[in-house]
Amino acid sequence: MSGKVVSTGVLLLLSLAAPALRGAAADPPLAAPFDLPTSTGHVVLDSLRTKVVLVDFWASWCAPCRQSFPWMSTMAERYGPRGLVVVAINLDKQRWQAERFLRELAPPFLVAFDPAGKTATAFDVRAMPSSYLINRSGQLVFAHRGFDPKDTNAFESRIAEEVLK
Amino acid sequence: MKRVLRLSLALALPLLAGGCATVRPWDRDLLAEKEMSFNPCPMLHAIDEHVYFSKEASMGGQDASGGGCGCN
Repeated sequence: MSGKVVSTGVLLLLSLAAPALRGAAADPPLAAPFDLPTSTGHVVLDSLRTKVVLVDFWASWCAPCRQSFPWMSTMAERYGPRGLVVVAINLDKQRWQAERFLRELAPPFLVAFDPAGKTATAFDVRAMPSSYLINRSGQLVFAHRGFDPKDTNAFESRIAEEVLK
Repeated sequence: MKRVLRLSLALALPLLAGGCATVRPWDRDLLAEKEMSFNPCPMLHAIDEHVYFSKEASMGGQDASGGGCGCN
């Protein structure tokens, strides 16, 4: 009886550990595709295949998001000519909330709107803001939760590395 | 008897678990809405309280300090 319980437990643990083992060996996974409206048209992730894409999820009520916008503007200006595209996906329920925020900060990068949060679910967003770096082959190579000015140097070197590849 | 207890516990647990919810990070603004607070309208609440304890003729029946002198 107890032998059976132990072996079942071991099997369960192994099955839990399996994804971690797979993750270590395989290529980075493809980012979930999206097609979202912007203020002028729409943005399709698949059409950005030759670019390095920084996807950022934000909302107008989120204070660190406000903090992250100037930094993302700098990234867009610094690495844009080398092939970085910043797509900031807004998750506000009401469009006017986002627009008031955007009027104030006037970002130079693409802003898409996803009030239903479908993209955020697909990207498994766990914190606001969350940023994802997608390489030129459409693979998710880096994820960052929240925004902390202390982390920006490490993040920027990761962007630079992908852009220069 | 013990079996009934165990069975009702087993039934109650999933029911209680139904009360748990994961709030998605981008929905947290909804929790911060005024309507979601415990006392969304303090002034209206104060008036309601006043009417309540006046009718009950007992001051301090709820959260106000004071004795039951009826001098409301």
